[in-house]
Amino acid sequence: MNNTTIKQTGNSNWFQSITPALPVVMGYLPIGFAYGVLAVNGGLSTFQTVLMSIIVYAGSSQLIAASLFAQMISPFSIIATTFIVNLRHMLMSAALAPHMQNWKNYQVAFFSYELTDESFGVHSLRFERGQNQPTSTIAINMICQFAWVAGSMVGAVAGNLIEDVRPFALDYALPAMFIALLVLQIKNRKHVLIAVLSGFASLILWMIGLTQWNVIIATVFTAALGAGIEVWLNRR
Amino acid sequence: MAESTVIFTLIGMAIVTYLPRLLPAWFLRNQKLPEFVIAWLRYVPVAVLAALLLPSLLIQNQELNLRFDNIYLWAAIPAIGVAWYKKSLFGTVITGMLVVAIARFLLNL
Repeated sequence: MNNTTIKQTGNSNWFQSITPALPVVMGYLPIGFAYGVLAVNGGLSTFQTVLMSIIVYAGSSQLIAASLFAQMISPFSIIATTFIVNLRHMLMSAALAPHMQNWKNYQVAFFSYELTDESFGVHSLRFERGQNQPTSTIAINMICQFAWVAGSMVGAVAGNLIEDVRPFALDYALPAMFIALLVLQIKNRKHVLIAVLSGFASLILWMIGLTQWNVIIATVFTAALGAGIEVWLNRR
Repeated sequence: MAESTVIFTLIGMAIVTYLPRLLPAWFLRNQKLPEFVIAWLRYVPVAVLAALLLPSLLIQNQELNLRFDNIYLWAAIPAIGVAWYKKSLFGTVITGMLVVAIARFLLNL
């Protein structure tokens, strides 16, 4: 009797986690597929492609890395770009931190490992409603990453068969993902201003030859400008 | 790139991705950051995404493409529309890819 009860609770936890994870899964399967195809076409093996989805697990930076590997960019520069592209997760981690006060350390460590833009969107809504039970929260993350790994695995296998990604427009998955993530981040006019400045700064830095550092430099300085404006406006 | 170099690069990527995800949740559960740092962190997502987006639309084959046939730029218009009104990652990506695929098919680009 006791066993049955425990088992049912376990099952219902998983079922409760599938519904909130579903929109993320619907996005991760095709984008993971696109990443898999592009990574294999960029010269990574199927194993390396899937390994990246397991140990890095950060969609846009993986797509960027796939193109950097293809261009034979130096490992240090790939790692530095990955760092700066994924630095935004700091803010999300900081934002969710107060809801994890009663969690065990290993639960925080495991949860953070699978914190992405999309899972952040899901969790920030759930946490505000008081749904911050560690097991079901982590279960949502695991379902999401499973979809990402599965998508990239199928993509890597297909990528070995697809010579040219252009007819399927898979090469547009990355710009389209940037558009979606950027638009979803825009909350006010200051954001629009900083986005425009950062975009053009990045482009100009690329044109004057800083092709490996344009993104990092543009981000650090324009975000600092935005922060400066904000702090200054608050103090007036 | 040699097999071992790729693996080391992947491990490096994993570490620099994990630490920013972990450290704030780990240490800041009851702490407060300086005002400027919080404001800077708040602008990083917008800044980094824009810095990635504009070159990805305008640079093709290692050169600036401001010509009329830059389908990446045209496809950005419906994609931005879907992102703005539908707030959907999946919908935006599918819209952008469909527009590019159809345009290439019809115009033989």
